[in-house]
Parts: sequence; structure tokens; C-alpha cells
Amino acid sequence: MTAESQKAAAVDGRPGVPDWLRRAATLNELWTFVILVALVAFFTIAAPGKFFTTYDITQIAVNAAIYLVLGVGMTFVIITAGIDLSIGSVLVLAAVAAGEYNLHHGGPDSGWGTVAFCVVIALAVGTAWGALQGAVVASGKVPPLIVTLGGLGAALGIAELATGGQDPAGAASTHLQNSLGFGKVLGIPWMVILAAVVTALFGAVLAGTRFGEHTLAIGSNPTAVRRAGIPVGRHLVKVYGLMGLLAGLGAVMWLASYGTTSIAGHSTDNLKVITAVVLGGTSLFGGRGSVLGTVIGVFIPAVLTTGLIVIGVQQYWQDVAVGVVLVVAVYVDQLRRKTRERA
Amino acid sequence: MASAREPLLTAHGVVKRFGHVEALSGADFTAYPGEVVALIGDNGAGKSTLVNVLSGVLAPDAGEVRLDGAPVRFSGPMDAQRHGVETVYQDLSLAPDLDAAANLYLGRESVRGGLLGRIGVLDRPAMRREAVKAFAELGVELKDVTAAVTTLSGGQRQSVAVARAVAFAHKVIFMDEPTAALGVVQRARVLETVRKVADRGICVVLISHNMPEVLSVADRVEVLRLGRRVASYTAADTTIEELVGAMTGSLDGPNGGKEAEGAR
Repeated sequence: MTAESQKAAAVDGRPGVPDWLRRAATLNELWTFVILVALVAFFTIAAPGKFFTTYDITQIAVNAAIYLVLGVGMTFVIITAGIDLSIGSVLVLAAVAAGEYNLHHGGPDSGWGTVAFCVVIALAVGTAWGALQGAVVASGKVPPLIVTLGGLGAALGIAELATGGQDPAGAASTHLQNSLGFGKVLGIPWMVILAAVVTALFGAVLAGTRFGEHTLAIGSNPTAVRRAGIPVGRHLVKVYGLMGLLAGLGAVMWLASYGTTSIAGHSTDNLKVITAVVLGGTSLFGGRGSVLGTVIGVFIPAVLTTGLIVIGVQQYWQDVAVGVVLVVAVYVDQLRRKTRERA
Repeated sequence: MASAREPLLTAHGVVKRFGHVEALSGADFTAYPGEVVALIGDNGAGKSTLVNVLSGVLAPDAGEVRLDGAPVRFSGPMDAQRHGVETVYQDLSLAPDLDAAANLYLGRESVRGGLLGRIGVLDRPAMRREAVKAFAELGVELKDVTAAVTTLSGGQRQSVAVARAVAFAHKVIFMDEPTAALGVVQRARVLETVRKVADRGICVVLISHNMPEVLSVADRVEVLRLGRRVASYTAADTTIEELVGAMTGSLDGPNGGKEAEGAR
């Protein structure tokens, strides 16, 4: 690097902070973050000393951990102007595959080797299923909504066939449960640490790598991306594969937390996760979005649920509130898009 | 002036059929380095088909395309790009949600050095610096290369698309109606940019319907009619009436104009 270009870099770097601030004001994340802060403030004032305790925060974070991991994958998918409805079923399928293996290799008493193999199985099943769906989406013949709706049914069906529809007992090793499930480091649950690492990692991938850039570009204008020589189909396979991988990781986290596969318990995961991603400012029409937004989007329903319980309001109001906010969020996104294009 | 140099891109006797329709029936084309050559013709004359053949989108059924004197047969637009031939599409082919710098480098991003680069970590500061430089060289004024392309004006978007082609083409750039959607001021800006590109030794092939514009910016004009080149003019020596006459065939008959000059 020449001295001159170093100087140029230094000059570029200086106005970085005001630039960042100016940019922040136009970000969707900021507004969602304001809502989140307002909610936390409201519940803290409404139930002094009860909400916002260490216990509550930890509990909220643990509950949100799996949705966060799924939401990170969904952010990528939605940014490509796609959607994945199958995540709950893929999670179940991966959990059943890993659970069945564990069951036949020691059950709850199985050793670390089996645990490691179960993790690999769950991740592999999820990735393979996701990549398969991605390949069909990439063919361009069937829209993602239908591909993954079919995948939702098929994955759940296979999981039910394999288990006879009953959650197998002894699906998770106590080693897995005591470590990832209930273990803590410096008071922070492993579940939360894992989710945070995944989030930070893929947040950086989306914002700062070629893979992330191509993901955003495909959602913005797939024709332009194709003309730029980027293999769009292959990229979509990777994106849906990533979603599957994270659903597989979600399966591991579920097994660790609850020790069972919960075949019937994941039918609304997709809606919860899509809601969180859209609340976080990721555009359903593709091209725009961030992992940071998804983090905020995951925590809004989580805070609402806990908060409403703490202040003694029926927690079902949470569903009503989130539903309304979701529709408003998409409406605002559309408005912004229109005004920007007119400008 | 052009005839003193070796042609950069030539087509000879190109035929392209779509079913029973013969879009090109033995079309010729000649372009020299460092010139702006306008390709004109009435609707259905075969302009788009010829450009698609020359830029690798379509494979010709017969005929020959030569680049730098050597026969080439592009397997696709990407292959043409590898040979230094770029196209600025009418829809501009930009990703509107990404910023100008990112669009400039789409598909050819700069990455950091070392391990970070191996895993695809982008070197955004470098790309932005280069983008600022690239736009400045073309006289394109962008307040902020980090603003999403959708926030730019039509002329600015067009300039980004041109800059993108220039950044990677070292031989030929095809531009399909680059000023069709622009206002007067922006139109002048884009044409200035086109001129600057040609001054770098790149050949710009301009497809246009706007005769005054063609005459003001192009060095030469090639006229297509019914899938054939019917005339080739030096822009300084021709008039709108002559061009229109050649396009419609009302003047001089099908082999009129000054074809001999261009088809040497």
C-alpha cells in the first residue's frame, strides 16, 4: 500500500462515526430497537423489581436461543426474496434422526462419542434437507413458498413414520443435557452463548463477506447477479442449506434443553421465526435485511410474553400485539420502498 | 480516420434465425478501438439480435465474428466478458439495494489479504476508494458511493452501470439505448461519459434511436435494415436525412450510402 492510499484510508476512516450515525437514523433496526427498549422500560416500571431481574433476562435469553439460531438462517433466506416454511419440521426430523441413533446407542446414558455423532447426524440431516429444497427453488420451477410447504409436510411425515408418531424416550444423552442444556459459564447458559456465537458469526458473514453480498444482491436483482457471472442457483442451494444446518443445530439445542424430540411441538416455529425476521426490518421482497434486526425481532415477542406474565396480564395478548406489529412493519417497509423509488 | 487502423471487432455474414424468422441475414459489422460507433436501424432491423450475437448472448447460425483479428465464438456473455467485451443493458442490471461501490464490483469483489480473504471477507474500504476513483475518472458525480443505488437519479444509475462496464471491459462496451429514460442534463452527462470511455481506447457500440444524439456523440454510424448492414457513415459527413433514408431504404436503394468505406 502506498503512503498516499494509506492517507486516503485515514481520511476515509475519520468521518466514519458521524457517517454511521447518519446511516443509523435510516435503518429499520433502529426503530425496532426503540420499540424493544420501550417495552423493556414499560415492564420495568410497571413491575418494579420483578421484571428485568437476572432470572428473567436469563430465562428470556434461553427461550429465545433456538428461535434466534433459526432466525439467523431465515434472515438469509428472506433476503434472497425466499421463504422457508419447513424449519419446524426439519428441526423435528433432525432431532428424531439424532434421537433414534442415541436411543440405540445407550439412551440417556450414552457417552460423549455418541453425543458427538448425534450432533453430526442432526446437522447433516438438516443441511441435506435444506440444500435439497434449495436445489428445487434454484431450478426456478416451483416458488419457495410451495417448495418449503411441501418440505414441511414431507419432513414431518418422515419423522412420524420413523417414530410411529410417538416421541421416543431417551432421545438425548444426559451428557448433552447437563452441558449444553443446563450448563452455564460465568452464569451465562451455554444455550445463550451458542446462540450468540452463531448470531455474531453469521451477522458478520452477511455484512462483510462475498457470500453475504451475493445473498443481498440476489434478493435485490437476480438477473443482474446472473449477468455478473455469479451462479445464482448454487448460491440459493447454499442459503437454504445454511437454513437447514441451523435447523439441525436448533434440533441439538432442543434435545439438550428438553431431552425429547417434541414431534408435535414445532408446527408454528416457522411463523414465529418469520415474524421475528420481518419485525427486525428484513424485507420480505428481498435485498435488504440484517442479522442484528433479527436479534431485536426475536426479543420483542420474548420480552412481551415474559413481561405480560410478570405484570399479570394474560400472555395471549402477546399474540395479538405481535400480529398487529407484524402487519404494521410490512406496511411501513412497503411505504419506505415506494418513497425511496420515487426519490 | 478510422480506416487507417485495424478493426477491433468485426462480424461478417452473420445469420441468425428464430424459427422461420430470419433476424439477421448475412449482417456485417465493423468497430475500431477508441471510437464510438452507433448502430441504428428501424424496429425489427436486427440491432438487438446483432448485439446479442456480438456480446455472446446468442450463437450465430452462420457467419464469423472476429475480435482483434482472431475468430471468436463466445460460449456466453461471461465468456465475452473474459475477452474484454461488456454490455450495459437497458435495464442497467444493477442491484438497487446495494450501494454504488458494491454494484461496481458485483461478482468481482475485492477481498482482504490472507486467511480473511480466503473465506471471502470483503475489503470494503479498498472497493470504495477504487469506486470513488473510477467515478471521478469518468466525470461522474456521486455524493456518496455508499448510498443505495435506488436512491440515485436515473442518470447517476446509468453512470454507475457504465462505470461498471468500463471497470472491466478493456475492448468493447455495448450500450443499449443508454439515454432513453433520461432528461436533457443527465443525457448530456452520460454522453460525455461515453466519450471519455472511448478516449481510453475502448470501443463503445451505441444502439440508439435518437438521430441528433447519434450524430453528436458517434464517430461512425452503421445502419442495419432487414437483417443486413446497408450503410456505414462517418458521423461528421452525414445528415439525419441520410441516416433516416438508409434506415428506411427510401434513399439510394439497399446498397446505398457509403457502404464501401466501412465494409472494406
